[in-house]
Amino acid sequence: MKRPEAGAFAAFLITYLFFALATPGTGFVSVNGTAGWLNLAAELGIVAIPVGLLMISGEFDLSIGSTVGAASMILALGTNQYDLPIWPMVLLALAVGALIGLANGLAVVKTKLPSFIVTLATNFIVIGATMGVSRLIANVTSSSIVASDSAKFVFAARWGQANISILWWLLVAYIGYRVLSRSVFGNWIYATGGNLDAARGAGVPVQRVKISLFIATGLAAALVGILQGVQWNSGNATYGMGFVFQAPIVVVIGGVLLTGGYGSVTGIVLGTALFGVISSGIFYTGWNTDWIQLFLGLLLAAAVLANNYVRRLALSSK
Amino acid sequence: MSQPLMELRDVDKYFGSTEALKKVSMQVEPGKILCLLGDNGAGKSTLIKVLSGYHQPTSGKLMFEGKPTRFATPREARQRGIATVHQDVGSIPLMSVGRNFFLGAEPVKGRWPFRSIDTRLANEVAVDQMQKFGLTRVTSGDQLVGTMSGGERQVLAIGRAMYFGAKMLILDEPTSALGVKEAAMVLKMMRIARQNGAGIVFITHNARHAMSVGDTFVVLIQGEVAASFNRGEKSREEVLNLMAGGEDMSELEEDLEQID
Repeated sequence: MKRPEAGAFAAFLITYLFFALATPGTGFVSVNGTAGWLNLAAELGIVAIPVGLLMISGEFDLSIGSTVGAASMILALGTNQYDLPIWPMVLLALAVGALIGLANGLAVVKTKLPSFIVTLATNFIVIGATMGVSRLIANVTSSSIVASDSAKFVFAARWGQANISILWWLLVAYIGYRVLSRSVFGNWIYATGGNLDAARGAGVPVQRVKISLFIATGLAAALVGILQGVQWNSGNATYGMGFVFQAPIVVVIGGVLLTGGYGSVTGIVLGTALFGVISSGIFYTGWNTDWIQLFLGLLLAAAVLANNYVRRLALSSK
Repeated sequence: MSQPLMELRDVDKYFGSTEALKKVSMQVEPGKILCLLGDNGAGKSTLIKVLSGYHQPTSGKLMFEGKPTRFATPREARQRGIATVHQDVGSIPLMSVGRNFFLGAEPVKGRWPFRSIDTRLANEVAVDQMQKFGLTRVTSGDQLVGTMSGGERQVLAIGRAMYFGAKMLILDEPTSALGVKEAAMVLKMMRIARQNGAGIVFITHNARHAMSVGDTFVVLIQGEVAASFNRGEKSREEVLNLMAGGEDMSELEEDLEQID
């Protein structure tokens, strides 16, 4: 009961069983139904993991949404407007994502301003710049993408109903797990978020930890922009805006403390899976999908309370 | 007499025109506990900061291991083997004992990209080291530090410093926030650290705690060394009177009794 992911695991199980029992014979539990909710969770999951690690280190990143859109527009303008091959554009999109992360990280550690505000500003700056530049170059804010077969396979392959983004999600989750739970850097992430002064006192390069994680969120957001762009054959500056709050929400549902210092990748994955199950499950019940937001809001409120409780449990002896 | 680990000779410290330390001289010897006594505002904090490299003396000499030394940063002092353990200890409550113990110096196993913290080793060493220093209640390195008492965290921090080769320990009020049993545990640990050859500077305003472990004593009043003596040379009353700035504590106590 003391592990950070305990609450998310229970919530996932209950929600899954609820939808499984409430929608008999509709195919929610079938292979295709499972692929459906995994698809919904995968792209969010890819950004949620570095966002979660960043939150454990004590910082927020709300600029992920616009980075997704910017990455997709880089592919669109490059391949469509300038007839460039897609792979260099993929690298460019990732580089821009990393650069946005670096800028966020530097701004946060140098100004010591709350990252909530700094990255909120970045979010608007990036989406504004993406739209403005797109207009200047092509007089559009969305455009189609010309992808090679290899790129289509790597970013948009489908087996039955399942997207390759599910595999990307698993890969990012595995890397996130190795980093957070096993590596020295992971120890530094917990320490930076748990007690900044003590971490610094022990020789942990806290600024480098934070900047690295900001870069990781930028990279992950760019990857999602590439996945979405190639999958839908188009780029759009507004792609990914939904992630801005969905990512921190599933991270908190996954048991990460808002104050930092506590959480796990397993929890974040479960929180994201829960989001997928709800979004897709509601559809199977035949209810109006407007209810999803209500569900998420209630879950978030419950999760914040539960996390506080789990934290106290963890700190009580025995 | 063995060579002192650290020696201050006529150290002055000014902040602007304010003189925080006046001609302070003292010697920290290996395998001895020096008790630094003084009321609030006597200059203890400034002196600790000079010893641990946060401040440099305005004038006077700081000798470390027999050589005149000037620490540019606390980090440099730490690398030379001077460990400061503050009252709030600086541990991270939501992390395990093993992870706290090795923070910043984690043992690893395996090859990149599969290199990972050797959690088993970290936990074993941490628990072992704390048991060496008399803390037997904590038996699992996976236990979160937040579940440990204040005294136990002191033991963890001091054990950690000793494990990483500290020659000199500066303990800033390690017993003042603790209950009687907890304080006894920390005092016992200081004796063990002394046996292991560490030179210890024990900052306190509790004369009883100081008298129970101290080898030498320095009393600081308004930035000046008001008295400096060895174990057994002064009684507890005399020490208390010195700390109160020369006023007779027993008279003060009598005054207090009359109020009741």
